[in-house]
Amino acid sequence: MTLYVFGRIGQALLVLWAAFTLSFVLLQALPGDAVLIKFLSPDFGLSADQINEIRAAYAVDSNIFVQYGRTLFNFLKGDFGYSLQAGVPVSAQLATNMPPTLRLAGLGFAVAVLLAVSIAFLSSMAPFAWLRNLLQSLPSLLISVPVFWLAIMLIQIFSFRLRLVSVINPGPWESLVLPVATLAVPISAPLAQILIRNIDEIRTRPFIAVARAKGASEARLLWKHVARNAILPALTIAGVLFGELVAGAVVTETVFGLNGIGGLTEKAVGNQDLSVLQAIVVISAAAFVAINLAVDLAYPILDPRLRNRAGVER
Amino acid sequence: MTTTDSFLHVTDTTKQGETAGWLRVLAALRKLPLGLVLAWLVLTTVVLWAAMPWLFTAYDPLQGTPGGQLKAPSAAHLLGTDSLGRDLFARLVYGAVHSLSGAIAAVGVGLIVGSALGLVAGSARGRVDTVLMRLVDVLLAIPTLLLSLSIIILLGFGTLHAAIAVGATAIAGFARLMRSEVVRVRNAEFVEAAFGSGGTFARVLWRHILPNSLTSVIAYTAVQFGWAILQISTLGFLGYGAPPPTPEWGLLIAEGRNYLATAWWLTTVPGLVVVTVVLAANRISRSIGRSSP
Repeated sequence: MTLYVFGRIGQALLVLWAAFTLSFVLLQALPGDAVLIKFLSPDFGLSADQINEIRAAYAVDSNIFVQYGRTLFNFLKGDFGYSLQAGVPVSAQLATNMPPTLRLAGLGFAVAVLLAVSIAFLSSMAPFAWLRNLLQSLPSLLISVPVFWLAIMLIQIFSFRLRLVSVINPGPWESLVLPVATLAVPISAPLAQILIRNIDEIRTRPFIAVARAKGASEARLLWKHVARNAILPALTIAGVLFGELVAGAVVTETVFGLNGIGGLTEKAVGNQDLSVLQAIVVISAAAFVAINLAVDLAYPILDPRLRNRAGVER
Repeated sequence: MTTTDSFLHVTDTTKQGETAGWLRVLAALRKLPLGLVLAWLVLTTVVLWAAMPWLFTAYDPLQGTPGGQLKAPSAAHLLGTDSLGRDLFARLVYGAVHSLSGAIAAVGVGLIVGSALGLVAGSARGRVDTVLMRLVDVLLAIPTLLLSLSIIILLGFGTLHAAIAVGATAIAGFARLMRSEVVRVRNAEFVEAAFGSGGTFARVLWRHILPNSLTSVIAYTAVQFGWAILQISTLGFLGYGAPPPTPEWGLLIAEGRNYLATAWWLTTVPGLVVVTVVLAANRISRSIGRSSP
C-alpha cells in the first residue's frame, strides 16, 4: 500500500516535471526572443546597448540549458519571472488575480454539481417518459453549446430583455450571477452524462433486483443503492472537469470583463506575454496532477472493493 | 432485435398484395431515426455552404450595402445585416468553409499524430509504450485551452495556426483510443491465428488490427470534429483565429457582441448554427458507435 502511494506520487511528480518541460519548450525555447521582439519596436527608441542590458536582466541571453535550469529552480521557489507587458513579477499578478477566479470557480463548480446531480436523478425519476427523455438528452445539448455564446445569450436575455441583472454598476453578488451560471454549464454537462450512464447501468444490476424483491421503495432504491454506486465513479473525471473549469474561466472572464486568472490569460496571449502564460500553464498542470493524485489515493479509501487491489498493483 | 422486427414486418406486408409496397415504404420511413436524418441533412447543408456558397445567397459576405446597417431579419435580408450593412446569412454561408476546414485540419492533426503514437505504443509495448503513454499523460495534464493558447502564442494568430493548436489537444485522445484498440485486437484469437499462420507483424497490423479498430476511431473522429468546431469558434471569438473581415463563425459572434441591445440576431444566429452543427456531428458519431459490434 505505501509502495503504491509513493509510486503514485513519484509518477505525478514526473508528469508535472514533463509538463513544465513541455511548457518551457513551447514558450521559452522555441519562440526566438520575445524580449528582443518587444523592445526592438521603435516606440521604445532604445539603443543596442540598452537592449542588451534588458536582455541580460531578463536572462534571455544565456545558453538554453542554463535558462532551463534557472527557470526550473525559480519555479520551484515560486518565482515565475517578470511579466513583459506589465513589468511586475508574475507571482504578484497571479496573487491579485487569483481570489476573483477562485470565487467564480468555486461557485461555478458547486452550481454545476447541483445541476448535474439534479439532471441525472430527475432523468431517472421524473414522472413522464417524455420528460425523462428530455432530461437525458439535455447534457448532450449543453455540451454542444459554445461557452462564450452562452455567456452572451445570458447577458442578452437576463440583462437586456428581462432587465433582471443590471449591467451597469451591478452589486458584488449580482455581478457574479451570470458568470457563475455560464461557468456551471460546461462543467455540469459531462458530469451529468457520466452520472446518467452510471445510474442506468447500476439499475440493471442483480442486487437492485434483489433489493426491489425484498420490498424496497423506488426512492430507497435510488438513494441507498443506486446513488452511492453511481456517484463514486464520477470522481474519475475530476481532472477533465478541472480542464473545463479552466477553459470556462478564461472565456467567462473575457466575456464579462472580470479581472481574474482567465482574463490575465487572455491578455497574456494577446500581448505575447510568455512568462505569464507559462506560469499559468504550469500551475494548471500542477493542479490537474494534484487533483488526479488525490482522486487516485482517495478512491481505495472510498471504495472498499479496491482496497486490496490497489495494494497489489505496482 | 430491430433487424428481426423489420424482417417480420416485411414478410407480413408482402402477403397483403397491392398496398404492401406503400406500407413497406411507410414502415421504412417510420423506422428511420429522424434525428439521425436531420443530423446528416445539417452536415450536408453546411458542407454545401462551404463548397458552393454562391448557390445559397446572392449577397457578398464582405461588401455591405450603404444605409442598410443593422437591419433586422426581413424578406430581403433573411437574417438581417451587421454594423457595416453586410448580409448575415451570406456571412454565415461563406464562413462555413473557414470553420469546416479548420475543424478538418484540426481533427486531421489529432487523428494522424495521435493514431500513429497509439499504434506504435500498442504494437511495441514495453518501454516504448510506457514512454509514449507518459508523453500522452503530459499532454492531458495541461488543460486543453491553455495548450491551444501556448501553441497559438508560439505560431501566431490565424486560421491554420488555430487549427493546429486545436489539433494538438486532440492528439492525446486519439493516441489512447488507438492504443487500447490495438491492445484489444492484439489479444483476440484470430490475430493470434494470423501470427500463427506465419503473418508478419506489419501484415497482421494492416490486415487485421487496423480494420478492426476502424469503427471506434471513426466514431471518435466524428465527436472530435464537433468538438474542434467548438474550439475553433472559441479561438476565433477570442480573436486568435482568422483576422476580422473573415466571416468565421466565432468571429461573427465576437463582432456582434457590441450590438447586443440593438441587434440580437448578430450573436444569436451564428451561435445557433454552431450548436446545430456540433449536435449533428455528435449524433452521427453516436450512430456509428452503436452500429459497431
